[in-house]
Amino acid sequence: MKYLCLIYEDEKWWEKATEADMQKGMADYNAFTQSIKQSGKYIGGEALQPTKTATSVRIRNGKLSTTDGPYVETKEQLGGYYLINAKDLNDAVQVASRIPGAQHGTVEVRPIMEFNQP
Amino acid sequence: MKFLCLIYQEEKQEPNVPRDQVEQAKKDYWAFAEGIKKSGNYVGSHGLQHTDQATTVRVRNGKISTTEQLGGYFLIEAKDLNDAIQVAARIPSAKWGSIEVRPIWG
Amino acid sequence: MIRLLGDFDRAEEALQDAFAAAVERWPVEGVPANPRSWLISTGRFKAIDRLRKTRRESSPPDPLSLQERGNDSSEPEDYDVIDDRLRLVFTCCHPALNPDAQVAMTLREVCSLTTEQVAAAFLTTAPTLAQRIVRAKAKIRDAHIPYEVPSLPDLPERLASVLHVVYLVFNQGYFTRADLAAEAIRLGRLLVELLPEPEAIGLLGLMLLHDARRATRTTTGGVLIPLEEQDRSQWNQEQIEEGVALVHRAFQTRRAGPYALQAAIAAVHAEAQSSAETDWSEIVGLYDVLLRMDPSPVVELNRAAAVAMRDGPAHGLALIDAILARGELEEYHLAHAARADLFRRLGRTSEATAAYKRALALAVEEPERRLLERRLQEL
Repeated sequence: MKYLCLIYEDEKWWEKATEADMQKGMADYNAFTQSIKQSGKYIGGEALQPTKTATSVRIRNGKLSTTDGPYVETKEQLGGYYLINAKDLNDAVQVASRIPGAQHGTVEVRPIMEFNQP
Repeated sequence: MKFLCLIYQEEKQEPNVPRDQVEQAKKDYWAFAEGIKKSGNYVGSHGLQHTDQATTVRVRNGKISTTEQLGGYFLIEAKDLNDAIQVAARIPSAKWGSIEVRPIWG
Repeated sequence: MIRLLGDFDRAEEALQDAFAAAVERWPVEGVPANPRSWLISTGRFKAIDRLRKTRRESSPPDPLSLQERGNDSSEPEDYDVIDDRLRLVFTCCHPALNPDAQVAMTLREVCSLTTEQVAAAFLTTAPTLAQRIVRAKAKIRDAHIPYEVPSLPDLPERLASVLHVVYLVFNQGYFTRADLAAEAIRLGRLLVELLPEPEAIGLLGLMLLHDARRATRTTTGGVLIPLEEQDRSQWNQEQIEEGVALVHRAFQTRRAGPYALQAAIAAVHAEAQSSAETDWSEIVGLYDVLLRMDPSPVVELNRAAAVAMRDGPAHGLALIDAILARGELEEYHLAHAARADLFRRLGRTSEATAAYKRALALAVEEPERRLLERRLQEL
């Protein structure tokens, strides 16, 4: 079963981080990614640029509206995600708890919806 | 350059949507996905189950409640932000929800 | 150059370097045949120079991709100046940037105002404004907002956002900053020259017609003079003629939009000898079209004021009361000021006083406040 692990972290944490913290953060993520690739649970994952690069898009009455900023301003921001293959929710939570971001941020685990062709 | 298009829509409204509209939305999504696969913009996509199915690991601040919830995403390849907005605007949910476009690192 | 270097700050620095080099070399070697191309290619090399230096000093901001772009031989040497300015306008007014930042970027990068000048215009501090600009530039760079004129399908929406910024700049200078209004008109001219779309033409006409009345709009003491009391012989006839011609030009396209319609209304006022001789039926008719095209309570209010001139104050009053009864424009000072004027004309003094007081409590601009105070005294 597929799960999406959404990593919410305070962006300021990365801004304030020292060079050494940064290096360690990157190394931890690399190690984690390597380990879930080896366990066969990794499907995909990306790190997002900070929310100040975000743009929100909506269509209302047939007109495109584009605005600066993320959909919602929160204390912790979506900073990246992993798409994983897990046996069940327990397994998924196991994996999610090893994501380095869980140390100082929050990881939300969401099951993927399966669609059939209409 | 890669962009993640996050789809936010009101989960609570979904049970109230008439059956034929739901079917139409599914068809629109299918056609959109086929379209961006052909144009080479498609990298990956998934719909998410509702937030009541979500599990939060290491909660510190409790859940943030908003009227619209993250319902899925498209990871796309686009030339630049204009190109990405073009694609995002064609996601069917842009008509009733909101799409957040975020550039990917690297 | 921004397109070549992909970064505003880098482009600015590079251009400064290139100018410095020009000052040193042109007097000695003579001015090159194509000075602009010379500056751009010099700037490009200077930028690569700088990047090599920063690469040695710290981690590189992806110098390889820059160098590739810098050496792109497909770049035409004879740089298209017109295209370049349009690109700049569309990039500064990109809707993915914060609206305040769009205005600030346009004034800084297109109109070449200093950060201090822009900050003063928007009643904010230079550091705050500088921060806003830094953030906008970072987003242009990190989210890859392209430095280009939008493609045809996107053009109407993107042009609307540019025109909106230009009109904001104009209105910011409406009472006290003739220089900002002049900048907005200059931008408007540039757009009409580069992209003669009906709404660009309409907006330029609108700004010229409004600006033609600048000298007669306030007393030397800074009190707003209402339209019917303005000295029409002092209106700028040259600007009026140009504005009226632009209105005709916009309508000839048969695609006249809200700006062109507002300009047409301003033109009817501009061509009338006095308030009494104004063709109010024509004005009401134009507001009817505007309301269908772009419905808003403010347009309804303006239409009500014109109806009051055509059919009498009581008719206008009924229309304004209907808008307020819907719960709209309750906090809009001009709705209460217009209502007060109509009460005054009907001789209903106590109601007029109450409405003027309500308007005064909501009004912010000093010339408007002074006129309301004058009206209250006169009652």
